[in-house]
Amino acid sequence: MGITNIFSGYTGEELLSIFTMQGFSSLSLFSVFLLMALGLAIIFGQMKIINMAHGEFLTAGAYTTVIMSDMVVKYMPGLLPYYFIFAIIAAFIVAFALGYIVELSLVRFLYKRPLDTLLATWGVSMILQQGFRLVFGGREDSANLPDWLMGSWYPTETIAIPLNGLFLLGTSVVVTLLVYFLLFRSRWGLCVRATVLNREMSNAVGINSKRIDRLTFAFGCGIAGVAGAVFTTIGSVSPAAGSLYIVDTFIVVVFGGAGSLLGTIFSAFGIAQLQSIMEFFLTGVLAKVFVLLSVVGILMIRPQGLRSNKVRE
Amino acid sequence: MKLLESGVVSENRKHIISFIILAATLLLVFPLVFDIFRLNLVAKYLSLAFAAVGLVICWGHGGILSLGQGVFWGLGGYCLAAFLKLEAAVNIANEAGTDQIKALTTVGLPDFMDWNQITELPYIWYPFKSFPITLICVLIVPGIVAFIIGLAIFKRRVSGVYFAIITQALCWIMEILFVTRQGWTGGINGITDLRTCLGWDIRTQAAQYTLYFLTAGLLLAVILFSKKILSSKLGQLLVAIRDMEDRVRFSGYDVSNFKIFSFCLAAMISAVGGALFVLNVGFMSPKLVTIAPSIYMVIFCALGGRESLIGVVYGTLIVCFGRTYFSEQFPELWMFLMGGIFIVVTVACPKGLAGLFESHGAKALAFLKKFLKIENLASKDKKEVEA
Amino acid sequence: MGLENRNSGNVFRAGWFSLFTILALGLGLVASPALAKNPLLDKYPTAKVNTTGLAITDDVVTVGQLHSVSGTMAISETGSVEAERLAIKQINDMGGVLGRKIEIIQEDGASDWPTFAEKAKKLLVKDKVASVFGCWTSASRKAVLPIFEKENGMLYYPTFYEGLEASKNVIYTGQEATQQIIWGLDWAYKQGARTFFLVGSDYIWPRTSHKIARRHIENHLKGCKVVGEEYYPLGHTNFNSLINKIKLKRPDCIYSIVVGGSNVSWYKQLNAAGITGESLAKKNKLFLTISTTEDEILGIGGKNVAGFYACMKYFQSLDNENNKAFVKAFKEMWGDDSVIGDVTQAAYLGPWLWKYTVEKAGSFDIDKIAAASPGVEFKGAPEGYVRIHENHHLWSKARIGKMLENGQFEVLVESEDLIEPDPFPEGYK
Repeated sequence: MGITNIFSGYTGEELLSIFTMQGFSSLSLFSVFLLMALGLAIIFGQMKIINMAHGEFLTAGAYTTVIMSDMVVKYMPGLLPYYFIFAIIAAFIVAFALGYIVELSLVRFLYKRPLDTLLATWGVSMILQQGFRLVFGGREDSANLPDWLMGSWYPTETIAIPLNGLFLLGTSVVVTLLVYFLLFRSRWGLCVRATVLNREMSNAVGINSKRIDRLTFAFGCGIAGVAGAVFTTIGSVSPAAGSLYIVDTFIVVVFGGAGSLLGTIFSAFGIAQLQSIMEFFLTGVLAKVFVLLSVVGILMIRPQGLRSNKVRE
Repeated sequence: MKLLESGVVSENRKHIISFIILAATLLLVFPLVFDIFRLNLVAKYLSLAFAAVGLVICWGHGGILSLGQGVFWGLGGYCLAAFLKLEAAVNIANEAGTDQIKALTTVGLPDFMDWNQITELPYIWYPFKSFPITLICVLIVPGIVAFIIGLAIFKRRVSGVYFAIITQALCWIMEILFVTRQGWTGGINGITDLRTCLGWDIRTQAAQYTLYFLTAGLLLAVILFSKKILSSKLGQLLVAIRDMEDRVRFSGYDVSNFKIFSFCLAAMISAVGGALFVLNVGFMSPKLVTIAPSIYMVIFCALGGRESLIGVVYGTLIVCFGRTYFSEQFPELWMFLMGGIFIVVTVACPKGLAGLFESHGAKALAFLKKFLKIENLASKDKKEVEA
Repeated sequence: MGLENRNSGNVFRAGWFSLFTILALGLGLVASPALAKNPLLDKYPTAKVNTTGLAITDDVVTVGQLHSVSGTMAISETGSVEAERLAIKQINDMGGVLGRKIEIIQEDGASDWPTFAEKAKKLLVKDKVASVFGCWTSASRKAVLPIFEKENGMLYYPTFYEGLEASKNVIYTGQEATQQIIWGLDWAYKQGARTFFLVGSDYIWPRTSHKIARRHIENHLKGCKVVGEEYYPLGHTNFNSLINKIKLKRPDCIYSIVVGGSNVSWYKQLNAAGITGESLAKKNKLFLTISTTEDEILGIGGKNVAGFYACMKYFQSLDNENNKAFVKAFKEMWGDDSVIGDVTQAAYLGPWLWKYTVEKAGSFDIDKIAAASPGVEFKGAPEGYVRIHENHHLWSKARIGKMLENGQFEVLVESEDLIEPDPFPEGYK
């Protein structure tokens, strides 16, 4: 079907509304990609750890939200409108703690062998998934959302902007800014970047690089937890939910260029735009294949990704 | 101490011995111990071991971790499955079935095409009308795909982590393509109900025995062939590239060509396994082309010892047997155990079982010899040996 | 959430339990055969009712159960496992089949089609079971079908599916596509729907179903047309672009066959975008699905789906005596917070239909059962009366239910007669 005849028979106003809403859909998809990718951009981009269990940290955050939501509904129904903010913080803490443990018990032995982290964290991901399945059961679960997250905002009569999409967008902006300030404007960020650039020198100037590694890894996982918490507003939680996101996430990070925060943002934006436009004009399945193929194609031409920092090996 | 030294066998002889042990296990012990049902299972596992053998070449020796090994394995399988399906589609007219089914079936067209309202055989299926061409396709199609990917990636000096992730994306693309082009590929159901190969019923017990020996024999042949390649100068270069790529490049070698070669070789070896799987099991499913099986293949390889052609066969058998038997009683715990294997193997023994055997096997052997000696010696001598 | 704990725990224990009972029974048989004397043995001696070497003794008949109790499909198949066990328990309490108690060997397909094939073969070749209750997805059925035909076994398959199949070795206790689709579309037409937007997960059942739906809409419903047909990969979680496309097309009826994990995202995002049961009703439009049962709503949350419609043959809230007894027994056995969806009920029919067929045939032989199946009735079915058709599918009714906030359905209307199964619809090739 041609593009022109899709739109025949509509008034200008209708088309404008649809395009506005479609523009917003791609923005919320961008937020999804960005939130997923931020944590990994830190872990993979900065530390070169291929964390295949990243999706499971996301799931952990999502389950934290679900548990909190269930508890609130059961014991303190009055708090339902406000709990979500706390759930996000709790999700961060849980995922952070989990990440800390994994780094301490496993990842720290593998910094010299990045490819092996892939296998080991795949094992972690299997164990976590099975753990979720035993504890929460295999069913799709979802959190009780406060009313202010349900429904749409109507700027005009024909335009409906989903509130959860707005929330998603807002959170991803806040988290991105937070990551930016922590990485580039804080002392900790300075230490992280120094360690990435030259571990021996950092050690020599008194940075405890082991501690920095641990915190960086845990922080990346914590952000995945936040993403998980926020995703409960648009989807469900199941033990394997994280594995749905993991490949997408890696593609966003690799495409953006490892080590570059800005690159990750560009790449999330580009992939999200491409995918939603394709979905709108073609079909969902073709969109996915087309996006994957073009990303792989571009990576072949530009293996370092969209942007890359020069890092001394 | 002297005893210990005498326990050390020359490198070459050790390989020959372990190969003979493997051959004896596969060709004698298993057929004698297992009934045909279990033996058929073993054949299925062995067909997966081909992918692990391929990984030994490109990952263990070449340092290229491919997370898309399942794609090539699956392509090989799909090629043969296409041939068998066409044969089944031609024969369907002679088989019993209700009139309704017959009315719905076009002779010479696979059943799932009928279900998807495809009225003519797609061109892409034409090569699979001929058995020799199919056999060539089983090797060539995965080979070409691997070549294109390898050419594009290695010429641009992408390596390691990026390569792994690109191959994983490849898995995903393949899965989506195979599932969505269901008129051509059978979709999520895969290509099922394969019965005969050149008129020979592959479902009978006799056929399954034959297929088992065919699978085991081919696997052993592939191991010998790979051993030959790995111990040649080419194999040494691969290891050199893995360990110190730049130095090899500075010595004047075109590193990417060697990488492409080992990647393609691994792909083609896997494809043979995929084709044998189809013969042994009688169908092909896109579930086998997804990300998870490819990672399983890597773990076969990691558990068995990524550098050991023979070790990976044991690695495959252990994981698969574990999966079948352990999961029958404790499906929940099995996943934990599997995850644990991933972690322990990569962290504690990166050389896998073969590595363990290398480091502890010699000692164990020496100990055994010592022990046997003790049995023979008088108590006086025993004291001496212990001292 | 407590519910899920219970589910997985039970399946786990069930495995042990069955192992235990088999052991215990084995011991019992050796120790005191006289205790478990089969009253019908004289009329149905084992040598006569079992001429093909199935696992049948004077007192016990062994059947197989083949579902996924691990992996992604486990949660969908748990209901079927439970329903089949309930039916078998009830049959045993009534004295078994031809005086023989039913013993179960349960195998785990692990949500993996090759594993299904492997286990099916084990059940038929090694265990020689008299029949198998199992499978859920089409792919798993397709994987085991050649094995059942080759080894001559009998499979009772519970799921609604795409049709285009009729095997001597399978009894399909769920609806084939036409039984679920055509009557439901006619109902939507009566509600005033003229334009339809078809949405589905990308695999054979939704695709085939939509083809049947499109055919019916375009050829048989006056003045109706399909304004869109879209498929998304299984597990897809972002439907906003699709929703905008639907808004652009303004269909009277959104006809949805989205399955699995995608379901929750799909409904949540519809809701967020202002497409709810309420808002559709205001504009005299509707949302009709054939893939969302009580089981799925549990995960989606009733709030997100209230006011949408589903076309099924069974709802837990059906008001008849059979169903009340069934729901009560099910909850007694598997816990008060269980929900029962369409497929769970269909799975419950399997053991009963098998029992009646064996009694009709007076034999456990697969060939005789296959031949005797057509015409077998089950008057006690929770969905009402069902009967097996010559093509091994069931004559059954279709019903429209409206989703409620509490996760149950309000049954609005049902077809007057039983609908004939037609797995090979006319002109479909």
